[in-house]
Amino acid sequence: MNRFDYIRPATVSEAVAAAAAPGSAYLAAGTNLIDLMKGGIVSPQRLVDVSRLPGLDRIEPLPDGGVRIGARVRNADLAHDPTVSKRFPAVAEALLSGASAQLRNAATVGGNLLQRTRCAYFYDPASACNKRQPGAGCDARGGENRLHAVLGWSESCIATHPSDFCVPLAALDAVVEIEGQAGRREVALEEFHLLPGTTPERESVLAPGELVVAVRLPGAAARFAAHARYLKLRERTSYAFAVVSAAACLHIEDGVIAEARLALGGVAAKPWRARTAEAALAGVRPNSEHFRRAAEAALAEARPSGDNAFKIELARRIAVRALALAAAGTPERLPALPASPFAPIPGGALHG
Amino acid sequence: MSLSIALTINGTQRTVELEDPRVTLLDLLRERLDLTGTKKGCDRGQCGACTVLLDGRRINSCLALAVSQDGAEVVTIEGLAQGETCHPVQAAFIAHDAFQCGFCTPGQIMSAVGLIQEGQVGDDPERVREGMSGNLCRCGAYRGITEAVLEAQRSLSQAGRKEAA
Repeated sequence: MNRFDYIRPATVSEAVAAAAAPGSAYLAAGTNLIDLMKGGIVSPQRLVDVSRLPGLDRIEPLPDGGVRIGARVRNADLAHDPTVSKRFPAVAEALLSGASAQLRNAATVGGNLLQRTRCAYFYDPASACNKRQPGAGCDARGGENRLHAVLGWSESCIATHPSDFCVPLAALDAVVEIEGQAGRREVALEEFHLLPGTTPERESVLAPGELVVAVRLPGAAARFAAHARYLKLRERTSYAFAVVSAAACLHIEDGVIAEARLALGGVAAKPWRARTAEAALAGVRPNSEHFRRAAEAALAEARPSGDNAFKIELARRIAVRALALAAAGTPERLPALPASPFAPIPGGALHG
Repeated sequence: MSLSIALTINGTQRTVELEDPRVTLLDLLRERLDLTGTKKGCDRGQCGACTVLLDGRRINSCLALAVSQDGAEVVTIEGLAQGETCHPVQAAFIAHDAFQCGFCTPGQIMSAVGLIQEGQVGDDPERVREGMSGNLCRCGAYRGITEAVLEAQRSLSQAGRKEAA
């Protein structure tokens, strides 16, 4: 790990001013940053510790039925918050399917949004990586890339965003509150992360020094509470990143889908909102034929970036199953293995 | 740059001067405070051997910068036993043969103490396994570990009921 200066500002405005200096990085729990620094993947000259900033640790219900989540709320606290787990159960399920209990006790909301890809070439300083070193090339393109992106990738970068939490946030129209030297602004979560294009080193809309202070879920997102699931396929039962995942939320009235939300994880450099699939589901009955058609629409633009064509069909199947699970109803209590395809299926077979 | 931090470790207040902010909580415990019960396995947050309780919650001490924990309360494996009497989780690990080489054991036990305090898993072995998935055991003592966690949870809840009565 490189040497660095350590600063612990007392207020958000002090933090924003301190972090505007080149070479600065914000430190919250450090569960991703310290790992990256130990590996020599990033080497900030100055850490601005925001882990105690006042006012960023609250979960506040909003008058419209939504919720405002402070950026340093811990993953575990958010997942077990009664308001969040009742109104936005797919968010709780996604959080509890991520990382380990120890990491969820430390990791924060802001840090989750800003975590870096787990592409092995990004993590290996001996490999070429345009994200780590712009212009260096991409060893993932011709390398071990079965887990890489199938949507939104470019010749410069085929990495995926690893967050589970961001997938239901994208589906549910979450808004990110950002504080910078120029003041406060808001960005839809769906627009917060950037696709790689020719500048994969730019991963979000944040300008240098800008700080995520909160994430808001609108009250309108609570109408999906009775039919909301997150489903995540992993290469082991627990404590692994998604190969592919899906958040599916349905608002069903009189046996017909009034409104649907679908977002995919593990497929692109950002959580992937599948709006064409949502449109295909509006006004139809929740059945496997319609779910399959919606999944086809969601992956219509997908193409392999390497040895990963299997992920396209896998993502379709995970989308279909997530939709079927959502239609079956949000369970009273999350299954023992949250978001797992191995959890028992309410109402029996899903392969009809 | 010298940074002074205060920590309560296993009930004792300690003030530590850090010459360098790069020191993790794990290295501080092991290298500066002679508390070598907490183990360094992967040092990258993947194995759970370094699990301690920080302000009552289980975390990976290898990914926590010591300087950022100023004012915190830390409990390590050395802080569990009461004199010569093992903590109920330690006793259950012995009773159920929940280890072989023992390297992951302090982290497993601290994680189990945290899990029981969280109170989310009930008596469901599947929920215990999921809740303990951040602690790897390369000897594969998982079956005994799951049994030990369930038994410790039962004995702690009985003890809690007696105390309340």
